[in-house]
Amino acid sequence: MSFLDLLELDFVQTALIAAAVLGLVAGVLGPLVVTRKMAFAVHGTSELAFTGGAAALLLGIGIGYGALAGSIIAAVLLGVLSRRESDRDSVIGAILAFGLGMGILMLALYKGRASNKFGLLTGQIVGVDSTDLKLLVISSIAVLVVMAFIYRPLFFASVDPDVAVSRGIPVRTLSIVFAVLVGVATALSVQVVGALLVLALMITPAAAAMRLTASPLKATVLSVLFAEIAAVGGILLSLVPALPVSALVTAVSFVIYLVCRGVSWQRSRST
Amino acid sequence: MSAISLRGARLSYGDRVLWDGLDLDVEPGEFLAVLGPNGSGKTSLMRVLLGLQPLSAGTVSIAGGNHAIGYIPQQRALDQSMTLRGRDLVGLGLDGHSWGFGLRGRKERRIRVDAAIESVGGTRYADSPIGVLSGGEQQRLRVAQALVGDPTVMLCDEPLLSLDLANQRVVSELIDKRRRESDTAVLFVTHELNPVLPLVDRVLYLVGGRFRIGTPEEVMNSRTLSELYRTPVEVVRVRDQILVVGAGACEEQTHHLSAEAAS
Repeated sequence: MSFLDLLELDFVQTALIAAAVLGLVAGVLGPLVVTRKMAFAVHGTSELAFTGGAAALLLGIGIGYGALAGSIIAAVLLGVLSRRESDRDSVIGAILAFGLGMGILMLALYKGRASNKFGLLTGQIVGVDSTDLKLLVISSIAVLVVMAFIYRPLFFASVDPDVAVSRGIPVRTLSIVFAVLVGVATALSVQVVGALLVLALMITPAAAAMRLTASPLKATVLSVLFAEIAAVGGILLSLVPALPVSALVTAVSFVIYLVCRGVSWQRSRST
Repeated sequence: MSAISLRGARLSYGDRVLWDGLDLDVEPGEFLAVLGPNGSGKTSLMRVLLGLQPLSAGTVSIAGGNHAIGYIPQQRALDQSMTLRGRDLVGLGLDGHSWGFGLRGRKERRIRVDAAIESVGGTRYADSPIGVLSGGEQQRLRVAQALVGDPTVMLCDEPLLSLDLANQRVVSELIDKRRRESDTAVLFVTHELNPVLPLVDRVLYLVGGRFRIGTPEEVMNSRTLSELYRTPVEVVRVRDQILVVGAGACEEQTHHLSAEAAS
């Protein structure tokens, strides 16, 4: 089948819409995730999304719901257990390892198709059907609406915590709310790129954008743009050679990152 | 009406009393320095005024409430790669606490932010990443951040710490200019009185649950400080500087509101 024929297929179109929605959400959250140094937390949350997905598979419920439940529980757990900055790293490590182990146990108990198992770790966006898509779109809208409401105080608390506290901003509550939003976005990304590769959509585009500009607004716009290019572009590139989507999404995302590092290195040399 | 008013204020953690029976009025335009060794409750006083810490007894009131406060923290090393420009930092002082996007009034906002930056002489570097600015430049923008909300009270928490002498002067003069021109009350927590001595109207000196309030002459003398510290302390005036000998009052200290709030 030619490239254009492939584009006509329903499941390809569904995948592209899902990727575009995800790119938007991941791109919006990314700069704050990077500013708050939450890359490892995102990784930990995505492993718990995997655990939740595996549990759902075993119980015969939708994988999407399982992943969502798993990562929200992870986000709340991380928020509550790591009250101190210095604890955070080790708390994530402990939860991540346990979650991954439980996930593997549940997959071992699952007697269904093997591709379902593997998909949770490495993504299987072509398996996204219209019910999944509906869940994805609704969750994404919810995340974006909450973000729009809390954006300014959250940004304040992220870049300037001392003064934010002095203004009476509920810094701790906001950080748990944000962790939950990241959890939701992570659970959604798991379906596309898999638990192992969520960072390619949440962290890499934002990190690339933040190499180019110090303006928070421009960084967010660029981060969304890069995440879209990686997510949608990755799928398009994967169609004809029939390669794994996640491999191409991460590759595109990483190339963008390298280019941005190169540009910022050039700039710092010329000034 | 006083800008800051404390009546019979007491703050204690369990058996440990930080201060008790504190009556304090800071008038509009007044510059009050808060001095004392580590652990004497200077930062806790700041937290009480910001509404982050309830009093154990007594009352506190700030004319205009929390949003009438401009807060200047100590200078801290910021991440060089932080996605934040000077103007963003200043803008947060204006409406960073509001919910929602705030798409309305962008123009008005820009005018106010520009004016605040201009007033501290920061226009040249306001669009640079904040992490690459010098400590002095960052603190000037901190002053602008506090001023942009048009405060009636400025709470300054060691804002000169880790600045060189020239920048200490610039930053303290900016604070002084504001209180003279706009009658803003200034409460200035410091472990080093000399850089601001010419500006100070009154001193609040806290030591081990005891305190003294008065003009620098009334408080900064051997008799008063010896009473406060309950040990012989020598206060020497050398030209326009005050040297306190034997109190161990000038230790370096670092504290952060958020660090304490989190614990």
